Amino acid sequence: MTLEEKVISIIMEQLDVTREECVVEASFIDDLGADSLDLVELIMEMEETFDVQIADNELEKIRTVKDVLDFLKSKGAVWRE
Amino acid sequence: MIDCVCRFSMIDRHSDLSQKGEQLKRRVVITGMGAVTPLGNSVAETWEGICRGKSGIGRLTKFDCTAYETRIAGELKGFDPLQYVNKKELRRLDDFIIYALAASEMALADAGLTIGAIEAERTGVIIGSAVGGLATIEKEKEAIFLGGPRKMSAFTVPAVLANLAAGHVSIRFGAKGPIGCSVTACSSGACAIGDAARLISEGYADCMIAGGVEAAVTPMCVAGFNAMRAISTHRNDEPEKASRPFDRDRDGFVIGEGCGLVILEALPHALSRGARIFCELTGYGNTSDAFHMAAPPPGHEGAVRCMKVALRDAGMEETEIDYINAHGTSTPLNDAYETEAIKAVFGEHARRLAVSSTKSMTGHLLGAAGGIETIFCVKAIDAGVLPPTINLDHPDPACDLDYVPHQARKTAIRTAMSNSFGFGGVNAVLIFRKFEE
Repeated sequence: MTLEEKVISIIMEQLDVTREECVVEASFIDDLGADSLDLVELIMEMEETFDVQIADNELEKIRTVKDVLDFLKSKGAVWRE
Repeated sequence: MIDCVCRFSMIDRHSDLSQKGEQLKRRVVITGMGAVTPLGNSVAETWEGICRGKSGIGRLTKFDCTAYETRIAGELKGFDPLQYVNKKELRRLDDFIIYALAASEMALADAGLTIGAIEAERTGVIIGSAVGGLATIEKEKEAIFLGGPRKMSAFTVPAVLANLAAGHVSIRFGAKGPIGCSVTACSSGACAIGDAARLISEGYADCMIAGGVEAAVTPMCVAGFNAMRAISTHRNDEPEKASRPFDRDRDGFVIGEGCGLVILEALPHALSRGARIFCELTGYGNTSDAFHMAAPPPGHEGAVRCMKVALRDAGMEETEIDYINAHGTSTPLNDAYETEAIKAVFGEHARRLAVSSTKSMTGHLLGAAGGIETIFCVKAIDAGVLPPTINLDHPDPACDLDYVPHQARKTAIRTAMSNSFGFGGVNAVLIFRKFEE
């Protein structure tokens, strides 16, 4: 499983959305039905899974699936399974 | 005197108004019911269990209770939350909220009521709960203890607050009228229904979704009641015999979980939409013992006053009550004191009316008790069947009324009273009557 696949599987589980809905351009709030609490919870799950810290000001910039992937890559996050 | 004449002439003109005590009020009827209980995941399944005198008590499975004095409970069985919420909601909601969503969906369907744009602002929700999301409190406390404050879920607070059952039900079904949550311990469900009926009778709402919910089969709740010596510890090996109200060998109540909700409507509203009317809610009493946080006062005088207040509210005589669904917890103190209170209120008639405790079968659903027991009263009137008190093998000499022992009894009744008494000295009594135009 790649980093991208892992991120998408977490989003699918947390937001109860399908693989088809979870395209990289998808906006969490506009396309995936999330609210601000869902986003906080999602980011906490990412922090835990990839052992990174996401500051509140960075959290504000995360709007889409791509934003999460870019952020994790910038932090050097990796996933091997 | 002029005032008096005016009031009577108003009664003549408006048949939907009844004179209760000194005030004119709108009549309130019950048109729908929904429940999830230790006896079943619907009203029909639960009522079938009641009529068969079945026990819903079993071994406690919600957590590892090996070290606990009490290892039994009245848990829901085979309840599938995904029938009522999606996976995302399942993760963010405490069980007590999910139980309320399930019962409200069933109650609205039973009443054939859809809350459209016109009804929205005239439809409200009051769902009582003694403790709210206790399981979430316990889980998240552990998370903070093990991982520090950053491990706290963003869904903790909204899953814990007791009023969030009513909150989620209002959101799901678009009820925009009055909203509330009575937090009056084991009287919560009864207070919710009584308070909701008053909102309707006084004209603040036309429909109310009301009742009680509880999901407190948790380590803290079991250990806490054990510490108080309030719950049964002697029958971990025969759970179905543990709840035995009015029996000489009773040794405390059994914690249960679930939800019971009813749809209350102003009579003209129910009539105008051609709703099926199960019965009328005619009286509500609410009094305080002002005595002790957990024990009833001598003679259960607060309960005596409460039953009298409810009778006055209903404009009924003592002799009109046919059946009492007792608080009947199976604790040594309650059952003897409640019997004494019933005798004090009803005098000779106490020997003629029937009393039973459905907690012998469901266990004590705490804040949900008044909700499901309202449903049992409504069913008793509607079906002409009195629920039994099971496990009453050796009646306590201090408990010498007709408790409908062991088996349900077929008999047509016109009226029923439901008693609920809670810690903090809260007494709540509801009276129901067969609907007559």
